[in-house]
Amino acid sequence: MASFKSYLVKRIILALIVLYFVVTITFILSHVVPSDPAELYVGPKATKEQRERAVIELGLDKPLYIQYLNYIFGLFKGDLGVSLRAHTPVLHDILAYLPATLEIVIIANIIALFVGILFGTFSALKKDHLEDHLIRFVSVGGVSIPSFWFALLMQLIFFGVLGILPLDGRVSTETQLFNPIKVITGFYTLDALLNLNFPAFIDCLRHLILPAFVLATYPIGLVTRMVRSMMVEVLNENYIRFAKANGFKENLIYYKYALRNALTPALMALGLSFAYSITGAFLVEVIFSWPGLGTYTVNAILENDYPSILGVTIVGTTFYVGVNLLLDIFQAYIDPRVRLK
Amino acid sequence: MKKILSKESEITLKLLSKDKLALFSLAIILFFIILAVFAPYIAPYPEEGEGKPAPERRFLPPSIEHPFGTDYLGRDILSRIIFGARISLSVGIFVVVCAISVGTPIGLIAGYYGGKVDELLMRATDVFLSFPSLLFAIALVASLGPGLFNAMLSLAITWWPWYARLARAQAVSIKEQPFILASKAIGVNDIRIVFKHILPNSLTPIIVQGTMDMSSAILSEAGLSFIGLGAQAPSPEWGLMVSTGRIYLLNYWWFPVFPGLAIFLVALAFNLFGDCLRDILDPKTRKSRGETF
Repeated sequence: MASFKSYLVKRIILALIVLYFVVTITFILSHVVPSDPAELYVGPKATKEQRERAVIELGLDKPLYIQYLNYIFGLFKGDLGVSLRAHTPVLHDILAYLPATLEIVIIANIIALFVGILFGTFSALKKDHLEDHLIRFVSVGGVSIPSFWFALLMQLIFFGVLGILPLDGRVSTETQLFNPIKVITGFYTLDALLNLNFPAFIDCLRHLILPAFVLATYPIGLVTRMVRSMMVEVLNENYIRFAKANGFKENLIYYKYALRNALTPALMALGLSFAYSITGAFLVEVIFSWPGLGTYTVNAILENDYPSILGVTIVGTTFYVGVNLLLDIFQAYIDPRVRLK
Repeated sequence: MKKILSKESEITLKLLSKDKLALFSLAIILFFIILAVFAPYIAPYPEEGEGKPAPERRFLPPSIEHPFGTDYLGRDILSRIIFGARISLSVGIFVVVCAISVGTPIGLIAGYYGGKVDELLMRATDVFLSFPSLLFAIALVASLGPGLFNAMLSLAITWWPWYARLARAQAVSIKEQPFILASKAIGVNDIRIVFKHILPNSLTPIIVQGTMDMSSAILSEAGLSFIGLGAQAPSPEWGLMVSTGRIYLLNYWWFPVFPGLAIFLVALAFNLFGDCLRDILDPKTRKSRGETF
């Protein structure tokens, strides 16, 4: 187990270096690149006194290295700076928008895992047959389709033409007025269930379907390709041939013995797809007016509110690095070969 | 060495010409390249393609004169898509070429020298690989200021580590081969070995990766333009067109739908072609197709 421990230490140090690096870059982007942050902070109509007060308030009068140290220590206290427009703490805003994003990201990745494993296994079992080619086309299509465009198509079909799903938003106005959800976790579907408010739950679910499905297309493609190539490899192994020769039931061989060994890479694909989902959700959220980090970021971009944008960068990266760290550790734990790399 | 290489590429070409999916995707890629190069001659309304409004015919549905309809300023959408091909393809090429020319030398040097150089360069690469690239690109463009060039630059900056890792793996496997050992023995200098002997032999996987990355680069740039960080109006950039057309979706569906279709087709073609290329070049999958060297 010594090698596992040293792997663990190495991996955590790398994660810390990454975080430090990102923080430094965001510092450079926020304090060094902009010509006059104080001017942006107070707006063009401000008087000279207001501007000077902003310089002191933002600590811009101190030497750069002091600003840098203040910035880093601020981060440890959860201080991501102040929004230039709303003048509210960025961390506060981000935490308010985060649950909505996590809700679709988690649902989308669960969908992707199931569909991807199903498609990938099926494709490998029918290798070089029509089914395999079709699934390959679908999975390559899934990673090639621009999510924001696919989202529009889904709206056009399911709202515009068929009229069976809501156009956008997280919950309908009727529900908000007559069946309001008492927010507990910030995940509306979960909250509605905890409130035992079933009409609201159905309403939230109906709003969740399209964004989650659109967000799942890319990870579905990734997981499918990963599982397929691993399954093809595993099916050629001697132990599978041996099981077949012994007359084991085919389904037992495929789904119990082969699939299990093909699943580790699916897990890794999920790590990758989480990375994609965080930023992928940005574009999807904008289309579906989903009140998450993406909508928040795009509004910040439109208002040139860069402390908010950089705050999202730091939170998003931390989340991403954390997920990947956990996945790597988990993989190293179940698969000793990883530790030796 | 030369002879073996040429035989290898001969087989590759032969397999490629038999692969219908590869030919199909290559045809789409060539089609869009032709559109981009000859845009002013192919587009039915070249001036509108570049942004000149035609207010007397706004929101016309698809017809024979305007196969993809017209937009909110009356411009022919087909013409604008044709001009947009220039932007998307050049963005893809720029990002991939930049990423390859930065990443490859770093990877090759790390792999060839090994030891401390390797450790240092690859740890730096790992750091870059460890954060979400689009998020990083968003932060960069937001600070540098929105615009097509800044968007391209930010994507290129976030992309090179993949090539560094790929090139390193190639260099590590090639540097022990007899012809490299022989060059070393007769005193060829290191730089020459890396760039004259190792580089040409490690290009194949880099090219495959580059083909697939064309698709990711085009998609990412369209996404950046869609949220307002990339190309600015009146540019006929596809992502920007979807973005401006999106509020008209339910009334004038053709406005956002056709530009997005163009993005999808180009991205799909590059991905499929890269996929087929990898299948053919990878000895493992090649064997399963019943072909051997």
